[in-house]
Amino acid sequence: MKLILDISFSSFATGIHEWLVGAIHSEGLVKVIEMVIAGLALLVFLVPLCFFLGYMERKVAAFMQVRLGPNRVGPKGSLQIVADTVKLLFKEGLTPNASDKFLFNLAPVIVVVTSMLVMAPIAFAKNFQIWDISIGVLYVSSISSIAVIGILMAGWSSNNKYSLLGAMRSGAQIVSYELSVGLSLISIVILAGSLRMSDIVMSQENGWWIFKGHIPVLISFVIFLIASTAEINRAPFDLAEAEQELTAGFHTEYSGMKFAMFLLAEYINLFVVSAIAATLFLGGWMPFHIGHWHTFNFVMDYIPSSIWFLGKTFAIIFIIMQFRWTFPRLRVDQLLTLEWKYLLPISMVNVILVTVMAIMGWHF
Amino acid sequence: MKEYFGTIFRSVRSLLKGMKLTGYYFTHPKEIQTEEYPDNRATLTMFDRFKGEVTMPHDENNEHRCTGCQACEIACPNGTIKIITKQELQPDGKKKKAIDTFVYHLELCTMCNLCVVACPSDAIVMGQSFEHSVYDKKQLKKVLNLPGSKIMEGVE
Amino acid sequence: MSLLGEDIVTEDGEFVINIGPQHPSTHGVLHLKVWLDGETIKRIQPHLGYIHRSIEKMSESLSYRNFIYATSRMDYLSAHINNQACALCVEKGLQVEVPDRAKAIRILMAELTRLSSHQLWWGCTGLDLGAVTPFFYAFRERESIMAIMEETCGARLTQNYCVPGGVMYDIHPNFRSRVKDTLKQIRSKFTEYEEILTGNVIFEQRTKGVGYISAEDAISFGCTGPTARGSGVSCDIRKLYPYDGYEKLQFKEILEQGGDCYARYMVRMAEMKQSVFIIEQLIDNIPEGEFQAKTKMVLKLPKGEFYQRVETARGELGVYIVSDGAASPYRIKYRSPNFSNLSALEKMATGTKIGDLVAIMSTIDLVIPDVDR
Repeated sequence: MKLILDISFSSFATGIHEWLVGAIHSEGLVKVIEMVIAGLALLVFLVPLCFFLGYMERKVAAFMQVRLGPNRVGPKGSLQIVADTVKLLFKEGLTPNASDKFLFNLAPVIVVVTSMLVMAPIAFAKNFQIWDISIGVLYVSSISSIAVIGILMAGWSSNNKYSLLGAMRSGAQIVSYELSVGLSLISIVILAGSLRMSDIVMSQENGWWIFKGHIPVLISFVIFLIASTAEINRAPFDLAEAEQELTAGFHTEYSGMKFAMFLLAEYINLFVVSAIAATLFLGGWMPFHIGHWHTFNFVMDYIPSSIWFLGKTFAIIFIIMQFRWTFPRLRVDQLLTLEWKYLLPISMVNVILVTVMAIMGWHF
Repeated sequence: MKEYFGTIFRSVRSLLKGMKLTGYYFTHPKEIQTEEYPDNRATLTMFDRFKGEVTMPHDENNEHRCTGCQACEIACPNGTIKIITKQELQPDGKKKKAIDTFVYHLELCTMCNLCVVACPSDAIVMGQSFEHSVYDKKQLKKVLNLPGSKIMEGVE
Repeated sequence: MSLLGEDIVTEDGEFVINIGPQHPSTHGVLHLKVWLDGETIKRIQPHLGYIHRSIEKMSESLSYRNFIYATSRMDYLSAHINNQACALCVEKGLQVEVPDRAKAIRILMAELTRLSSHQLWWGCTGLDLGAVTPFFYAFRERESIMAIMEETCGARLTQNYCVPGGVMYDIHPNFRSRVKDTLKQIRSKFTEYEEILTGNVIFEQRTKGVGYISAEDAISFGCTGPTARGSGVSCDIRKLYPYDGYEKLQFKEILEQGGDCYARYMVRMAEMKQSVFIIEQLIDNIPEGEFQAKTKMVLKLPKGEFYQRVETARGELGVYIVSDGAASPYRIKYRSPNFSNLSALEKMATGTKIGDLVAIMSTIDLVIPDVDR
């Protein structure tokens, strides 16, 4: 007696698949059509998601800053971001005369596309995943590092000194923090024994890794949060666009829809990073269970898996937003000090601890 | 080594302190300070000394208190006020100086209140209006004495 | 090096970048030409004049009553203190004895101005370093001070409350209770300021050891106010050349020995507490009497030169009036604190990073209309 929503996601997908196979009789064509459907579904999911994240960020920021936030357009200001999008659509997409026009126009596309690609292996609900690739975690960390090329491209092709400085900062930052992100992901891979996202989620059936893995996993969770905040260029690590120093950093020269694409990519990245953290450390769509409290566990099972997943993801998104609205920005050399002197050594030691723990079977 | 971990511990604690404060405000919407834009024109009360613009109060008989002495014009640092006087025939046959037009350039005014202080007959006061934007600059040039108005009895 | 052939790096390997006149962290229209080596600053050249309004020259054609209003537009964050300086200088020339009540009101207003100015500075420092939230916390407290100003002076920022001989009108009946409420509110929020910014490890890293200037350099550049006191130079005019009855009040001159951004920050944070202390001493002891001395309709200063200095929120403001006996000054010169403090910027910022430049500018607390006048 599962809730309808839970059944619908997976059965909906299999239903479509069976219908297509019955109607077309061509395995290859069915795959192509399914890919198109998945892509469209992702786009349809992403646009409202980004609207919601934009609205959420404004409201979270406002409440933390003893303000009300947007409250004029739509009920409680919820349509403000729609109005902003319409404004950006109608704005002139300016391309500076002295810029490299091809790279300038390509850069936002690359940034958005890479952030969307990372969505592929994420398990949104039970049995509901676009692509359950066997090297899921590796895929995520490798694809997400392509985004830096888009940022460098944007900064370089704008032919603006602020943009160039921002892009170079971003390059140094993302390349360094990639290491810590990778190492903290590895600690979970070691424990779960698989790179596949669905396997990692299934391995947390009897408890989330953050509870099962004692302090080492907690440390790697914190490191993952810090390093991934840096990797998606959010405050306090938003050096690439440091408003007070470089006006807008790598997207100084962008306007209109091209600027909106960077914004879109920022929010998708925020969601992706939080989703990965939720999947790896907080059990993805797994409900919260406590040992032998069967009644409690039974009640928890009633909550649909997609709600579990989104709830955990948005909790992490909230924490990352709180970082942004609480802390001052780091300086560029302090950023690298933090990574190379603190995060990296700690995560290296941590990986060894996790390995020992996994071999000895000290986790639950 | 001890110093290394001490630094980490202290840093994390200081960061958590800040997050605790923002978390407190996030969970206490009663602390919100935002004030609405004064859309409630009818019931809005400003501070009584608020310096919005120079106005010349007229009573119900369309009479003001301005004698045309030009003290405000002299007191004004920016040349905001220009008073054009005329000679008015009194009932007893004497001629007396009176104002023809009291021109007030709102676009030049800095609301310094010096004219109001200088006025010997309290003819001008600071008004409470705070929305001065117009589409045409010419509308900022105002004539303060109403058409057909004359000076109040007994104001010298 | 650039894509279209035009070199953006000079022959010496320097990268020239123009920060301002429109830039989020220059607090106005300051234009800094910065020579960079990577991110490190090699040389800075401030370009001024974007907001020059010739207030000094304008004042020469205005009467002694009228020229004061323009000084509100110099250092607009300590507008009242600027007005006070001019009024004091004119009173010195006229040899008018200001009533005690007017003096007390002036000091109260000056300290409230200092508080509000420091609060705005605190918020902007957080903002410049990338923390947006302190800005709103600072404005929350500042708003109640602004309400006091609006109730008594009629304007929030450019009050024009001082006139030669006293103040323009008496304090509002609600003044006392409102000030007391505000002080209570501000006192309770000081711990919040410490939690969110002062104690924050990132903030400490960003400011400690950054933008160092020695006491000797601070003196030779003519730095005053918290900028110099952060280097241990004793220069509080309220202590050294007391005016308007500051000599009767108990307060400390805040000195820090660090000479870096953190020391300047701590000076201002402690000064806020001192201002609260001064207001608390005075608020229940405002003497009764006139709020304005009787002065002539047309003021004429005797032939000669008059100089008056006061301590604004940013340092020493000097008003120098040369009179030829006419109804308007022959020449007026303002010694503005920001101009001298800005000149020390190159000394402080050379060898630091761009991010540090922003921190240094915000701890000098620049107000550009005061630099240009």
